[in-house]
Amino acid sequence: MNPLHLLIVLLLLSSAGYYIGRKKAFAVAGGAQGIQKLHSRPVYYGALTAMWCGIPAIAVVAAWLAFEPSIITGLVLNGLPDEIRSLPDGMLNLLVNDIRNLVDGNIVSAASDPMIQQAADRYAHLKLISLTSLTIASVSLSLLALIFIRSRIVPNLRARNQVERIVRYLLIACSMIAIFTTIGIILSVLYEAIRFFQTVPVTDFLFGLKWSPQMAIRADQVGSSGTFGAIPVLAGTLMISMISMAVAAPIGLMSAIYLSEYANRRIRDMVKPLMEILAGIPTVVYGFFAALTVAPFFRDTGDFLGLSISSESAMAAGLVMGVMIIPFVSSLSDDVINAVPQALRDGALALGATRSETVRQVVIPAAFPGIVGSLLLAVSRAIGETMIVVMAAGLSANLTANPFQAVTTVTVQIVTLLVGDQEFDSPKTLAAFALGLLLFLVTLALNVIALVVVRKYREQYE
Amino acid sequence: MNKMPQPTESSVGSCRSRTIDIVNRGLKRRYRAERRFKIYGITAIALSLVFLALLFITIVGNGYSAFRQTEIKLDVYFDPMEFKDKLAADANYLAIVKDAMRSLFPDVSGRRDKRSLYGLVSTGAAFQMRNMLLKDRSLIGQRIPVWVPADDDVDMLVKGHMDRGLPESDRRLKDKQLAWIDQLAADGRLHKAFNFSFFNNGDSREPELAGIRGALMGSFYTLVVTLLLSFPTGVAAAVYLEEFAPKNRWTDIIEVNINNLAAVPSIVFGLLGMAVFLNFFGLPRSAPLVGGLVLSLMTLPTIIIASRASLLSVPPSIREAALGVGASKNQMVFHHVLPLALPGMLTGTIIGMARALGESAPLLMIGMVAFIVDIPGGLTDPSTVLPVQIFLWADSPERAFVERTSAATMVLLAFLITMNALAVVLRKRFEKRW
Repeated sequence: MNPLHLLIVLLLLSSAGYYIGRKKAFAVAGGAQGIQKLHSRPVYYGALTAMWCGIPAIAVVAAWLAFEPSIITGLVLNGLPDEIRSLPDGMLNLLVNDIRNLVDGNIVSAASDPMIQQAADRYAHLKLISLTSLTIASVSLSLLALIFIRSRIVPNLRARNQVERIVRYLLIACSMIAIFTTIGIILSVLYEAIRFFQTVPVTDFLFGLKWSPQMAIRADQVGSSGTFGAIPVLAGTLMISMISMAVAAPIGLMSAIYLSEYANRRIRDMVKPLMEILAGIPTVVYGFFAALTVAPFFRDTGDFLGLSISSESAMAAGLVMGVMIIPFVSSLSDDVINAVPQALRDGALALGATRSETVRQVVIPAAFPGIVGSLLLAVSRAIGETMIVVMAAGLSANLTANPFQAVTTVTVQIVTLLVGDQEFDSPKTLAAFALGLLLFLVTLALNVIALVVVRKYREQYE
Repeated sequence: MNKMPQPTESSVGSCRSRTIDIVNRGLKRRYRAERRFKIYGITAIALSLVFLALLFITIVGNGYSAFRQTEIKLDVYFDPMEFKDKLAADANYLAIVKDAMRSLFPDVSGRRDKRSLYGLVSTGAAFQMRNMLLKDRSLIGQRIPVWVPADDDVDMLVKGHMDRGLPESDRRLKDKQLAWIDQLAADGRLHKAFNFSFFNNGDSREPELAGIRGALMGSFYTLVVTLLLSFPTGVAAAVYLEEFAPKNRWTDIIEVNINNLAAVPSIVFGLLGMAVFLNFFGLPRSAPLVGGLVLSLMTLPTIIIASRASLLSVPPSIREAALGVGASKNQMVFHHVLPLALPGMLTGTIIGMARALGESAPLLMIGMVAFIVDIPGGLTDPSTVLPVQIFLWADSPERAFVERTSAATMVLLAFLITMNALAVVLRKRFEKRW
């Protein structure tokens, strides 16, 4: 029985529990006419039985399945000869992968090795035992709960209150997931980053001027240790973000102003959905567009003018990213501009100011904190954007101020360092987590500042 | 008016004339500035719309031709000798295709020429023969005309993406091959048909055989997991925060947290998924299950925020009426408030799902970027998703892949636009003004 079938069986048991509990409630009440003797409506007795029948058993299954692979792997590895267990972690990981592939029936080159074959058999055997015992444990837990709750059903059992309490706990658990996600992000990134900083000092990482994370495969190779100075990567990120903001801020802001101060309803209704389409296009499509059309356009223009422009220029990536952010800036600034009280505008117009003077001298100063907040949010989007830069910006970490050269960004480096199979312990992999930590902290700071600013500003006029 | 004010004039009159004077003098300039400002606004909107148009034109212009595929008609002879002492599945179908090609051009000789002749048809032709024969054994010994897919270079030439004017050494097709293709075209053995393999095949190194079926199925499984996880939890979290939670420091933290998570870069969720789901829990790489888990964490804030807004728009009188007739708080929420808020929640969920469908960065981190030929059949099979497939194809050097990438993008955009349109329709249909 595979886990999916087990889950279906448990759900069926749980719905059976509903009917059994409901029937028992009718029985103890003495049929439909005695129903007012019950504390709660019969459905609550059914629901209570179903919950006790399903929730603990499914929780057991989930926990079991979450920890099963690591435990079984540990057991299998312990059964291997000592000389294999003393292999470095990377080799051991490969070995485990081989074993798992063999168990799944994928043919690997290691299949001929009898020792691996044995380990794979053991793995499959353990897995079978685990699944069988899980099935027995969860189904019997479910049945026991069913029998127990059924025996507890009496007319004055406060079933509704109990059901509602369980529901309340479930709701609380769901709203805690957001907290756990944040904690999970911080812990996972921080843990690996700390391991990275044990090999590479923090100061070298933050202030180093050279980024070349390639590690030699053999110890005696030239340049066997990569250098992890993040400054070129940060400079590249900054440059691309600045280019994109130079595109998005004026265009986004001006279109928001035009739409909220000048355009009539008909134009607004037509243009706004189109801008939303721009916001809904996946970033990978923007990336493809940048790589296919915009970057070659810059390169060809450069050739025509006699300049050498890299086909992976920061300009192309930044420009396209700017276009991606336009709707973001415009919808956020639209909100803050609309929040400026009409009385301020009317006052300015009554004094004889033209519309543009009203906008420039009254509306924008009044909305300024909100606009700054929305621009900060946009910057944080630009810094965290991945696909456009992966596809259109380069990999080489140049420390340059020339926007027509290839630069690299934090997100590009994270992707290149982590995509594909690699050992999990090398500084190269861990460096990605250090960059991830940096990215998370910077965007977090920008978001918090922006949210505080926007909220303060909103309160001012409410 | 332009005269200097006379000392004999009354001070009030001089002041008024002076103000009007100043105003009038500046008026032209101010109106010009006004017009300029307005033009800036129109330019800004026009620029973004031009960019949108440019993007769509590029994608559609590059991609529409991928929906048709060039095919070559071969007269295939299933030689009984070939099947005499072999299983039908093991026969040398490549040789059958080669024979058919040679019979079209009997005067081609020499190893190199023959090789370039065989290169005109796709390697998929042999598989096609095999499938045909396995379906119908009675074909052995017959000579039948079959349309087989042409190689991607031939396809590009027929679609006009290859320049015949280039010197031979710069062309992927040589002069001899061009002559053969022209002869095939003259014989009516070359046509373009609807490209079924694009929708039925998994990924392939050969552009003419590469399809999006695998990626579509991967996207489907991933989205199913995402929806099943994020919709119930998102709604539950929103219900708790909006209806039950006491207003204290603790719920304030949760709220700030959710707003922050909504703005965390998606790639950070990928790092989380890699460290927690892959390395800590040991779940399989490249699996839609893990992709769905990561994406549901990512879309959860969107759904929570939309659901809370939707709950907030249900008027308090509904709640008071329900409590007034004796409903418990849970009954009030689940019997009265939730059904009224559900359309808004669904709209938010669809928009969240559309974002999840277009998301690729976190999925790169958990290994959904591998080259996978098989079409995934379950939640733990290795697979990729449509946006990642676009990313992979965009990296391929063959010209034919540009076309495929654009076509895959068109499919993705079609899905996204449908989903968003559905959300808009839903909102229009169920929107209530209380």
